[in-house]
Amino acid sequence: MSTGEIKRVIIVGAGQAGGETAQRLRQGGFAGDITMIGEEPCAPYQRPPLSKAYLKGDLSMERLLLRPSSVYAEEKVSFLSPLRAVWIDRANRKVRVEGGRELPYDALVLATGARPRKLPLVGADLEGVHLFRTAADVDRIRERFKPDAKLVVVGAGFIGLEVAAVARQCGLSVTVIETAVRPLARVTSPEVAGFFLDEHTRQGVRFVLGGQPAVIKGQERVTGVALADGMEIEADLVIAGIGVTPETTLAQQCGLSVEDGIITDARCRTSDPAIFAIGDCARRPMTHYDGRVCRLESVHNAVEGAKIAAAAILEQQQPVEAPWFWSDQYDLKLQIAGLFQGYDHVVFRGVMADRAFAAFYYMGDRLIAVDAVNRPGEYLGAKMLIQTGRTVAPDVIEDMSRPMKEIVAQAR
Amino acid sequence: MPKITYIEHSGKEHVIEAPNGQTVMEAAVKHAVPGIDADCGGACACATCHVYVDPQWLDKTGEASSMEQSMLDFANDVEDNSRLSCQIKISDALDGLVVRLPKSQH
Repeated sequence: MSTGEIKRVIIVGAGQAGGETAQRLRQGGFAGDITMIGEEPCAPYQRPPLSKAYLKGDLSMERLLLRPSSVYAEEKVSFLSPLRAVWIDRANRKVRVEGGRELPYDALVLATGARPRKLPLVGADLEGVHLFRTAADVDRIRERFKPDAKLVVVGAGFIGLEVAAVARQCGLSVTVIETAVRPLARVTSPEVAGFFLDEHTRQGVRFVLGGQPAVIKGQERVTGVALADGMEIEADLVIAGIGVTPETTLAQQCGLSVEDGIITDARCRTSDPAIFAIGDCARRPMTHYDGRVCRLESVHNAVEGAKIAAAAILEQQQPVEAPWFWSDQYDLKLQIAGLFQGYDHVVFRGVMADRAFAAFYYMGDRLIAVDAVNRPGEYLGAKMLIQTGRTVAPDVIEDMSRPMKEIVAQAR
Repeated sequence: MPKITYIEHSGKEHVIEAPNGQTVMEAAVKHAVPGIDADCGGACACATCHVYVDPQWLDKTGEASSMEQSMLDFANDVEDNSRLSCQIKISDALDGLVVRLPKSQH
């Protein structure tokens, strides 16, 4: 398919991945039609601050927007929202939207994101029980997010713990229920998870680890959460942060390969070469991890997918960056480079007691990931190492007398 | 509103009016100034909003925090006047600020 043939691009989804795709296409010189279809009633915005500054009330919706709403018209991006795409006709290359209108495409980018999982419990629909995904979710939460309110967070992943941190800073009483025996089990090692557990405990968060929520109590409004072992926790507000399900309905209906995410190649192309999938909804081979196929939920992955898909549509090259993530909790900035899954040992640089340290994860001799807490140099240095396929011996990493910059410069 | 001038590595200038309280990075991203990626949205997590502050403005923009400095250590082509633009807040005192963009953010 040559660039000349692609005159009409449709982007389904107007989160960060969708918005970035439109921008990258225009910046890359694409002069054809771009249509972006979004279900939320606003322009693409940043999700990470939702569980941080926006929840706290420190950031307005206007500042949350990635770019002003007016930019899309200026750049001749036809932005249709709130509107839902309901069907993809692959044979005729059309997207049908609610109301029946059909929009033709030459290239289609699916940036449909993910749906937060609902608590599979009686009482999950009570007033005061919330999911956490959109600005609208947070606006509703904020109505009751007041000092001394009793908050129960279900799920001790990044969202749950970031919400817990903000809640403590705002004077709420906070209990976190997690079915696993430790927090952050999916995203970091037991050691680093333990550090965050201690910090939250010190900040006054109560944890129920290995807890099985059984029923959400209340008449109209939530009043508490009952656990399977009979324990009951009072609650004015319940927030579920128990993960997401990739939004793959459209892709499945039209027969694309889907397996916990829409399967793509390294250039974000699905099993239909005219259709790309990016962001939370997609799985692609990871360049820096021997082509292991991963579905990542992160800003980096959203932006990266947008760059890759736009470049593929424009028939340009796009270098791929190693994955990165971050989480802010209290005064702790956790920055993660790489993918730690499959590590066989971890080496620490610095000590946890200083609230500034980094965990370096190895698979054999190879450095595969780093969690840096208040250690941005270690994070960026490690990211460069992973990016370029270099590694550093553990004894060198542990030696704090050697600056990270020097270690990176000498690494092979 | 304060005016900020961004000069791309190629020499192309962008003059942008931005409200107080926004950061130099945000104003650039919202107006799609090429050369400031700012992938993390200003969380001081990615170091892709590196700029060179015009020397005559250095007093007014202040100094980089230690976290910002550690990030800058790993940016490309760092100079004494390098800053992460997500850490510079716009105010009336910065009306007329000139920043230059590096060749690349990665």
